[in-house]
Amino acid sequence: MEFEPKIVAFLCNWCSYTGADLAGTSRMKYPANIKIIRIMCSGRIGPTFVLKAFREGADGVMICGCHPGDCHYHEGNYKCLRRYKLIQKYIQQMGIEQDRLRLSWISASEGKQFAELAQSMTEVIRELGPCDIKSVMETFA
Amino acid sequence: MSEQNKPKLKLAVYWGAACGGCCVSVLDVHEKLFDVVAAADLVFWPIALDIKYKDVEAMPDGHIDVTLFNGSVRNSENHHMAKLLRDKTKILVAYGSCSHMGGIPGLGNFSSRKEIFNRVYHDTETTVNPERIEPKEKYSVAEGELSLPEFYNDVRTLDQVVDVDYYLPGCPPQTERLVEVFMAIVTGAELPPTGSVIGALEKSQCDECERKKTDNKLIKEFKRPWEIIDDGETCFLEQGVICMGPATRGGCGYRCINGNAPCKGCYGPPADAPDPGAKMMSAIGTMIDSNDEAEIEKIVDGIVDPAGTFYRYSLPKAIIRRKLTTIKEN
Repeated sequence: MEFEPKIVAFLCNWCSYTGADLAGTSRMKYPANIKIIRIMCSGRIGPTFVLKAFREGADGVMICGCHPGDCHYHEGNYKCLRRYKLIQKYIQQMGIEQDRLRLSWISASEGKQFAELAQSMTEVIRELGPCDIKSVMETFA
Repeated sequence: MSEQNKPKLKLAVYWGAACGGCCVSVLDVHEKLFDVVAAADLVFWPIALDIKYKDVEAMPDGHIDVTLFNGSVRNSENHHMAKLLRDKTKILVAYGSCSHMGGIPGLGNFSSRKEIFNRVYHDTETTVNPERIEPKEKYSVAEGELSLPEFYNDVRTLDQVVDVDYYLPGCPPQTERLVEVFMAIVTGAELPPTGSVIGALEKSQCDECERKKTDNKLIKEFKRPWEIIDDGETCFLEQGVICMGPATRGGCGYRCINGNAPCKGCYGPPADAPDPGAKMMSAIGTMIDSNDEAEIEKIVDGIVDPAGTFYRYSLPKAIIRRKLTTIKEN
């Protein structure tokens, strides 16, 4: 059976989720591999969310927020950016490929960009293959 | 007379993969040891008493009232003793960081068994081993078969192999906390629900730390402790030094901070933050004082070893409990 990537996408309520919604209402096509979780702000994304997603079997994790300067809460997306850089460094140390975690800015009008992003992320993860965190952790106990 | 006939508590202390510091912290009760032995018989304690494993095996189930198990589970011997002591003990306490969260031996989860063996038996600069001899679990000699415990690929915490009643954290736990807990058991005080962390506070270090701190910490550059001249009174994080205070339980008496060293996190995460590293990354993300991507990268680069720093005592208990690529070699 061909490998179908499981990608968890955390989308901020104000820009990116609306952007993804626009992609849908505009009937743009993008892979069904992206599982969207709406959160109020990208600044709400703690490292726990990302690590748990990997631990529970995600092959890739996407975080989308408002463009810099456009955050509904002024600077939540900057906090997200700082955490993202730190998590990137950490997951690399843990042997997880950096490409499995991606941060992108998607505004409410960027439905097309969202569909393209979903497409390219799915291709990248398909290329990388399954992430074996879940199986490694299961052999643990 | 009746006082003397009162049945004493049976107490055991055992070490798994540990340095021995936890056992020493038990010895650090000093003259209170007389109170301890007045109330309890030590039935098993490898560091101090010559009682063999077979003697423990001969005990009926539930014979021991309290076992302080320190050390993580690195090999099959630790694993066997954890299971044995669980059967023989009424209250099993994970004593110290190693049995609580993996501790320093838990950093072994950054490597696989194969990598560790290669380093130890072949690659170290002082090793001469042309025949590439490695320890075997079984070896036959004329007198019979010799055996060694199996060295596991993973380091485990005590509660990853058996049920644990209480956790008493610390590297090592503060002896005063042990005495408090012990006296509570002896006097028959009501014990907290099983699974509780005892001998530590619910809140983080920062809640009670006496160093001067502002609510809005801003860090432009991370520094190693030796790179600053500590003023002795300002929050370490505000001086740019990583201090695990925000992601660590209080209750240790702030000995490191009082000794002008930042917190390393041995007491484990507070109740509301199960993963100390994730909590710490989250907290530090807020403190980095830049909105410019390139500058943020530069600041983050100042944290030399995030995984090792944030999970120094807790890697086997973390959400991602070991490094991934290494397991494929097995």
